[in-house]
Amino acid sequence: MTGVGSTEPAKSGALYDEIQAIRALYPEDSESAVLPALRLAQREHGWLSPDVLRDVADALETTPAYCKSIASFYDQLHLAPIGEHLVEVCTNVSCAVVGAQQVVEAFESELGCHAGETSEDGKVTLRTVECLGGCGWATIVAVDHHYRTHVKAGDVPAIVQELTNGD
Amino acid sequence: MATEIVLKDATTKLAEYEATGGYTALVKARAMTPAEVTDELITSELRGRGGAFFATGRKWSFVPSKDQLPKPHYLVVNADESEPGSFKDNEILSRVPHRFIEGCLITAHAIDCQNVFVYIRGEYSGPYEILVGALEELRKRTDIRGNVTIVVHRGAGDYICGEETALIESLEGKRGQPRSKPPFPAISGLYASPTVVNNVETIATVPPIIEMGGAEYAKIGVENTRGTRVVSVSGNVVNGGNYEIVCGMSMREIIYDLGGGIPDGRELKAVVPGGSSTVILTKDEIDVGYDFDSLAQLRTSMGSAGIIVLDDRCCIVQLGIRFSEFYEHESCGKCTPCREGTRWLTAILRKLEDGRASQQDLDLLLDVCDRINGKCLCPLGDSDAIIVASYVAKFRDEFVAHIEQGGCPFGGTSSLDHVLAPIEMHGNLPEGKSLEVLA
Repeated sequence: MTGVGSTEPAKSGALYDEIQAIRALYPEDSESAVLPALRLAQREHGWLSPDVLRDVADALETTPAYCKSIASFYDQLHLAPIGEHLVEVCTNVSCAVVGAQQVVEAFESELGCHAGETSEDGKVTLRTVECLGGCGWATIVAVDHHYRTHVKAGDVPAIVQELTNGD
Repeated sequence: MATEIVLKDATTKLAEYEATGGYTALVKARAMTPAEVTDELITSELRGRGGAFFATGRKWSFVPSKDQLPKPHYLVVNADESEPGSFKDNEILSRVPHRFIEGCLITAHAIDCQNVFVYIRGEYSGPYEILVGALEELRKRTDIRGNVTIVVHRGAGDYICGEETALIESLEGKRGQPRSKPPFPAISGLYASPTVVNNVETIATVPPIIEMGGAEYAKIGVENTRGTRVVSVSGNVVNGGNYEIVCGMSMREIIYDLGGGIPDGRELKAVVPGGSSTVILTKDEIDVGYDFDSLAQLRTSMGSAGIIVLDDRCCIVQLGIRFSEFYEHESCGKCTPCREGTRWLTAILRKLEDGRASQQDLDLLLDVCDRINGKCLCPLGDSDAIIVASYVAKFRDEFVAHIEQGGCPFGGTSSLDHVLAPIEMHGNLPEGKSLEVLA
């Protein structure tokens, strides 16, 4: 990772190479690779720290500020650290009318933190999100980006157990 | 009752798809000229399944020839399905990925294009993996792929990127904010080149149309709404899920026969007919055909075919709050009426729900709706304004009861009581933010 005070942008490394492969999918003079590059960097580092934004910018031959302006627009990109696991509960109407709020409260109680926060051990970040596009199979909970369907408050302890196992 | 055209013979495997006649429509289409394929679509009367309902064949015909405008042509598929209540594209991509890909390849032929971009919402990891797996199976099949490259581009969480010009901006690596039209994408879309933007379901309907012929397809359904539609049924309904129906089927049949009716012995109260952005229907308005003209008579639409069923526990003011919070959260901020107005709508609705509102606030609510509607670049703000106004028009007594009783008549028993919207959770608003300051 390029540190503060570095004068030479990183021109190698796995992230750099992977971003070059992404750039090749789009016309040469376009900025289209920025979103996939940010997604990739986040997958590798967990969140988009200033250092990571610098590396992505170098690989894309643009500025960190530009990368940050893109990252801040999109809900799934994190400009602050999150837990090892991410639990996202849909609380839009179709999920809400069949008990999404009870699911949120069950997670809050199991994890000991509020929605929008990370459990004290840093394991799980819990948040409520807008419609995930699984309305007929409510309540939808995305656990590390994969959907669990028909989730009820009673299912929550097992999900939390699964995520916090291995201590 | 349900006729499967798009979802028939569901498989994610290339061999199985080919065994049921998969990719033969592509062969048929490639033996035709691009103009002939487009004409077949025009004959089919297929209209876009994303929500705007524009005639697909006509949209393709707007793309100028490369002699007229010597630039590459692009096909961009909108798989950014994010409308609350709609989850049909999720099912189509997951169950019939090859039919979808075949549709992409036929469309590419029709508009003389070598580059297809599928913009899929970032949250759809499951459908993404299935689609990429299906494309992987085609890696060595140049007989199918031809000279077409399909790139699957993942979004990163933003409803507004479902609007076609915002989607193009996002695909170009910018913030997903809508553009002013004209120019329309057919002339100047992706990379300032002629671009067709079609919804997933529209594209997945193309192979069966070529297979059976446009005239045959146009015999299905009702006037002005031909063919089938994959409808998403959710909310207070026994069997939530996607159902492919013949357009024109009665909404009562969809909700009661396919959806299994209302669970827990409750009564139907209202139905959101085509995703959150559509004018609400009361329980007395569901004996209506699920088609463009029938719903237009009730001043609503099929939208993106997300039917949300609401039982008698739902407080309509809370419904307004929850959807309004959604539009407020997703407003990109480019146009002032939407950026300011969606906040105002949420704030006034909250004031009503909390019992702090007067008749004047109800008037103000409708006034704000008027000040948003039709005054922005894209329909996001309009959607909030239109639906909130429809809630007041159809459930005015309930709004008045909130004023007269100084609070919610449901007294904490509504199915939407105290639901946490993301807007309160992301920590991206200043500490101690108070919407009361506004209202």
